[in-house]
Amino acid sequence: MSSIGTGYDLSASTFSPDGRVFQVEYAMKAVENSSTAIGIRCKDGVVFGVEKLVLSKLYEQGSNKRIFNVDRHVGMAVAGLLADARSLSEVAREDASNFRSNYGHNIPLKHLSERVAMYVHAYTLYSAVRPFGCSFILGSYDQDDGPQLYMVDPSGISYGYWGCAIGKAKQAAKTEIEKLQMKDMTCRELVKEVAKIIYIVHDEVKDKSFELELSWVGEVTNGKHELVPKDVREEAEKYAKDSLEEEDDSDEDIM
Amino acid sequence: RFGQLSSGSDMAPDWTMKEVSTGTTIMAVEYDGGVVIGADSRTTTGAYIANRVTDKLTPIHDRIFCCRSGSAADTQAIADVVTYQLGFHSIELDEAPLVQTAANLFKASCYRYREELMAGIIVAGWDKRRGGQVYTVPVGGMLVRQPVSVGGSGSTYIYGYMDSNYKPNMTKDQCLRLVSGALSLAMERDGSSGGVVRLAAISETGVDRQVILGNQLPKWSTA
Repeated sequence: MSSIGTGYDLSASTFSPDGRVFQVEYAMKAVENSSTAIGIRCKDGVVFGVEKLVLSKLYEQGSNKRIFNVDRHVGMAVAGLLADARSLSEVAREDASNFRSNYGHNIPLKHLSERVAMYVHAYTLYSAVRPFGCSFILGSYDQDDGPQLYMVDPSGISYGYWGCAIGKAKQAAKTEIEKLQMKDMTCRELVKEVAKIIYIVHDEVKDKSFELELSWVGEVTNGKHELVPKDVREEAEKYAKDSLEEEDDSDEDIM
Repeated sequence: RFGQLSSGSDMAPDWTMKEVSTGTTIMAVEYDGGVVIGADSRTTTGAYIANRVTDKLTPIHDRIFCCRSGSAADTQAIADVVTYQLGFHSIELDEAPLVQTAANLFKASCYRYREELMAGIIVAGWDKRRGGQVYTVPVGGMLVRQPVSVGGSGSTYIYGYMDSNYKPNMTKDQCLRLVSGALSLAMERDGSSGGVVRLAAISETGVDRQVILGNQLPKWSTA
């Protein structure tokens, strides 16, 4: 699928003869090199799951977070260049905070994701800067709009979703997500499925150990975005591991 | 603002040197499904009535109005600014704006420029999230939501009337009668309020405006 854009790929301010901006496409490749992050919207909230690859045993558990709090009711899960993602989370936080300061209420997620997407897009216009090498998924829950899920990619485009995945195993994750009936599920049910999907798409051969980062926002948390509590996470991971073993067992039976 | 104890020049009349003020009585009441707002129609420069048919009920958006009291120029300028800001915000969001948002925009201007301004504004309207709402932004730039609010120089004469006659969960027609009764009472007693009573009822279906002329106003004295 990749093609060499010799000559037309040196800056974001250049189109190729077939109408592509290669710098933006290369930025998206950076996202594809990162480990997977998924977000799913259900009946009463949004759940995020991130496959956080542990590169060194010396890392403290829970460090290098991939899920951020943008506002009390908004969470952001990222994939790609982490430094770029952290910078964008600051942008999103300021935007949400200024909105509340100016207008007196929570920023609607559609508006926030459009604003941050516009910011990301600005970096795809000039040769003096490079595009952001990260995609991110924004999720929120409030009384009036209910659960909302949006994804922004390096080209600066944002779409609303019921479920989406970014990172190296996004295709496999999307396939699993499509099997779910998320509109009828609650957050408690969904958090187990999210853990299971991350375990399924994790490649044991290529990547060694990983830490599962899970967060949610919904009625279950009273509209506050937070990391899933330890007991719920352990239950979800147990469900995920058990489901994988079952599948392994059933393969043997077919033989 | 300093009161003048002696008239400045003998050649020019007093009213050329006084600020134009919407002396005023304004009020707004919430009911289930919307709000009723009302105002008198007198604008004064000193003792001269510059406009006896003023419209102090100013639209800010399709279902959001403000009632203006204080300096006519200041309140018009603020209302223009907020109308612009709210209109832009609404287009950006692609949604009808919230009354709370409009009220916060008024508060922002009134508080930031509190030393230069003399404006007492009541923001009232309907939005689909919280229905009918009344927010008051008095001089100084505070913001508070109230089920009923009165403002302007004439309001002092009707606090007692409001406290005894307002009950929660009134119908639209009860609110209209309450507002027109209270306003005509204030207009009788306050020299800076008078003229006609302008009313507006704002709900999901739209804005319904009325005028009650002098001879049709409820009478509070037998004279």
